[in-house]
Amino acid sequence: MSDIETDQNTGFEPLSSIEDITKGLGSVGYISTRSISTAVYLAHHLRKPVLIEGPAGVGKTDLAASTAKFLNLPLVRMQCYEGLDEGKALYEWKYGKQLLYTQLLKEKLGEVMGDAGTLEASYTKLGGFEDLFFSEDFLEPRPLLTAMRQDQGSVLLIDEVDKSDEAFEAFLLEVLSDYQVTVPEIGTITAKVPPLVILTSNNVRELGDALKRRCLHLFIDFPEAERERRIVSARVPGVDDDLLRQLVDFVQGLRGEDIRKQPSIAETVDWARTLLLMHVDALDETVVKDTLNVLLKHETDLESVSPNLGKLIRDAVDGPRLAG
Amino acid sequence: MSARTLSDFIRALRASDVRVSTGEAIDAAGAMKLVGYEDRTRLKDTLGLVLAKSPEEKITHDHLFDLFFRRERFRQEMHPSDDEPEIEEDGDDTDPDIRKLMEHGNEAAISMALEKAGEEAEVTDIRFSTQVPFYVQKMMKAMGGDRLQEKLVGHLQAHTQADEAEASALMTARRDMMARAREHVEQQFEVFGSGATEQFREDILARKSLDQLTRRDLERMQALVEKVAKRLATKYSRRRRRRNSGRLDVRRTLRANAGFDGVPFNVSWKQKQRDRPKIIALCDVSGSVSQYVRFLLMLLYAFREMIPDIRSFAFSGRLEDVDETFESLGFESGMDKIIKTIGMSSTDYGQALSDLRVGYWDAIDRRSTIIMLGDGRSNYGDPRLDLFKDAAARAKRVIWLCPEPQALWGTGDSAIPRYRPHCTVLTEVASLKDLERAVDGVLAAYV
Repeated sequence: MSDIETDQNTGFEPLSSIEDITKGLGSVGYISTRSISTAVYLAHHLRKPVLIEGPAGVGKTDLAASTAKFLNLPLVRMQCYEGLDEGKALYEWKYGKQLLYTQLLKEKLGEVMGDAGTLEASYTKLGGFEDLFFSEDFLEPRPLLTAMRQDQGSVLLIDEVDKSDEAFEAFLLEVLSDYQVTVPEIGTITAKVPPLVILTSNNVRELGDALKRRCLHLFIDFPEAERERRIVSARVPGVDDDLLRQLVDFVQGLRGEDIRKQPSIAETVDWARTLLLMHVDALDETVVKDTLNVLLKHETDLESVSPNLGKLIRDAVDGPRLAG
Repeated sequence: MSARTLSDFIRALRASDVRVSTGEAIDAAGAMKLVGYEDRTRLKDTLGLVLAKSPEEKITHDHLFDLFFRRERFRQEMHPSDDEPEIEEDGDDTDPDIRKLMEHGNEAAISMALEKAGEEAEVTDIRFSTQVPFYVQKMMKAMGGDRLQEKLVGHLQAHTQADEAEASALMTARRDMMARAREHVEQQFEVFGSGATEQFREDILARKSLDQLTRRDLERMQALVEKVAKRLATKYSRRRRRRNSGRLDVRRTLRANAGFDGVPFNVSWKQKQRDRPKIIALCDVSGSVSQYVRFLLMLLYAFREMIPDIRSFAFSGRLEDVDETFESLGFESGMDKIIKTIGMSSTDYGQALSDLRVGYWDAIDRRSTIIMLGDGRSNYGDPRLDLFKDAAARAKRVIWLCPEPQALWGTGDSAIPRYRPHCTVLTEVASLKDLERAVDGVLAAYV
């Protein structure tokens, strides 16, 4: 299963143990958890894509970006949307260039064909040149092909795969199981080094079982307080420890409320930044009320939370809460 | 860890509704080899990543993992050589002596013996909690219970003081061992059987007549209805794209290619226009049928996100729009209020239909499916067949769900046979299974 010996000449060398992955991701500012690091480790060693699900804004996409950064490998990103097809995901012929070259070579055609007497001879001769126009020179690689042609390997991020059509999902299966694609005019292109594939899904629609079976399934939830504190302090250096604890506890409490959109990590980070700019050193009702729109983006959420605001702030300020 | 342990674990997962394919099982074996067995939490993470494919499955997996790989057992499996329990054996027989085992109090030896006996008795096949005593007996037998019994009888017949003491010691040992065996079997049942039992119970419940549900059933029913709704929703939410298929649309092709002198470069195909489902539920909430209404509406409400166009009306005497009641009160209390306020008068289908004609006729168009739920017993009033016929003509389909058995249709004041010609489908619903089938049919008409 593992391919330690081929690791030497690829960019995946640093993925040799789970601890190294946690450390490595930490060095580029991604605070990993045990299961996240295990997923990356298994993805590489079992050569399986990772399918990440979880609420919006918990760092699904960020994991791919950070992994690429930590490994110093190119990140190839493919955003999925309804109507995405092979032409946009895999490859396309450069029609314009082909047309231009045909026009330019038209005059040469007479010279080349000059010595072929019969129609049949010309045909045979022309056949010999056919491959010219359908060679890799005229191939426009799209994300999937780009990812497979990286010599050192790459991190391929297939973002929001649930937004694509089912037909595309089926096509992905083929690509992801063998890491090879077939271009009818050229032949089969196999990945020199299989990319590390990360798929993300926001559950717009239920993904097919076949795709799920082929992937490792990682569910990332909102982080617990301790991890969120580490994330915020990594992103917003200079936040006072006490304020950090208070603001994270407040956000954690807020997520327990009955609201439409729970604040994501990115919003916690934004809020921390806001508080820092305002030189706040402890939460109080006025500060929170003034800045709450950084955390909550729906008018109805702001309304439904406001009666409990006092209690949430008190809980956050008065010290560590017992149960999250 | 032996391959058998992994396959047992996967079997336990499957019993609890986690679908694990053979491919995934092979992946799991590969992943286990890779991460090693030393670190329990790491193994848990790994198996969770490979075997569980949704947040719900993760919860099941983590729960089962903890049950299955109990810490002590884990330690033993991982380092079988470390503290291999030495079982002292009697000179005359090879099986561990239950009494010695219990008196010795060697925990490792006891659990080892239990594991061994459990394997012999095939406890992992347990499916129902009623099988526990059976497997306990089987385990006792595997541990040499018969011989103990013989000895016990021998001592009891001897009537000396020493024999008495010996006998009572044996009885204590047997009782203790039995308690341990029971504990073991119950644990195995938790892992392998409870999922199956749950499924079995649900299956029974789904086929049970809806007006014979007990209070306890009702609680479980709620969860079951949600499950059914989810199943149907997944079935119909998978949209199919059929752009480049079907018949050639000549008119559009010619128009699109007028610029090319009519040479058809861009071809258009006729596309089947698919209607968005629109459901109008007319529910008789008089005493006899109200229980059925509850579940039909519960099921329909579970679809709200998928089908935004559901209107529901309740009647016994007069017809009333009940969407708002549900909106403001939530399902449960809304339902109670409806039955209390609307369900009290005597049933009059004719009046209900004319209320529909006057107040909500516009709600019916050629996209709507009318679901009528009721027994059609109208206290000999005018059934207003003319209105029913008009409504049926306006709508796409009319589905009548009748909780009464077919044999009773047309007896007494039942007007069902007279409504029948105007219904697209008239069917008897007794259980949740029937309801599911009916709603399935409604949705299928829109695909």
